[in-house]
Amino acid sequence: MTVKELVDQFDLEVVAGPNLDREVDGAYIGDLLSNVMARAEQGNLWLTVQGHQNVVAVALLVELAAVILVEDFDYEENAVQRACQKGVNLLKTRKKSYALACNFCESKI
Amino acid sequence: MSLQKQQILNKEIESFDFQSGGEASSNLKNILRKLGVPSQTVRKTAIITYELEMNVVIHSLGGELTALISEEELEIRVDDSGPGIEDLDKAFTAGYSTASDEIREMGFGAGMGLVNVKRYADQIDVKSSKENGTHVKVIINLTDSTN
Repeated sequence: MTVKELVDQFDLEVVAGPNLDREVDGAYIGDLLSNVMARAEQGNLWLTVQGHQNVVAVALLVELAAVILVEDFDYEENAVQRACQKGVNLLKTRKKSYALACNFCESKI
Repeated sequence: MSLQKQQILNKEIESFDFQSGGEASSNLKNILRKLGVPSQTVRKTAIITYELEMNVVIHSLGGELTALISEEELEIRVDDSGPGIEDLDKAFTAGYSTASDEIREMGFGAGMGLVNVKRYADQIDVKSSKENGTHVKVIINLTDSTN
């Protein structure tokens, strides 16, 4: 599944979408950047409440498919700018991480 | 690449520059990719350099990241100009951090930085003092068959 297909299927909001054709492979949930760096895997979706610019640096280094900001948190403006420059997809949703992860599981993501 | 180490990156890291935080690691990752370094080793290196780079951004007065490579190993040096780590043993303890509440709210300061570096490095040497700042040298083997 591509990020674009994910967005359509789960009704996610695209805040920055420079790379929506990217394939999705699994997901990781966490708000501590060190853990995400060490544990998330290439192609993962990253569900988090962190919306600042260093989230983009981590997503880029781990080569994540997209960041999904949950619970209607907002990205900082400089994070959005940096994501567009670096080709990182930033999505958001009103849902909680657990609810969204359950939806992903039902769809075998 | 030869037996002699060649410098492949030297990048300045500024204190509290979250805008550029991760750039040195990202640059090094791209260089290693181009050199044909195995992806597992590139990943390991990215984890190590990101932690060290953000330590400089968050905790120091500024510094630099230097990377050297030979056929056998990759050497990462991260040098800052202070103020030094007060208790090195504690700094290597999981969960220990001197980061402020503001930094922790950003998802840093979980006390896993140097722990992660040690986990993924083949060798690590840290020297730190108030007078001379902190100097970290990490070696990543390139000849390991598991790479």
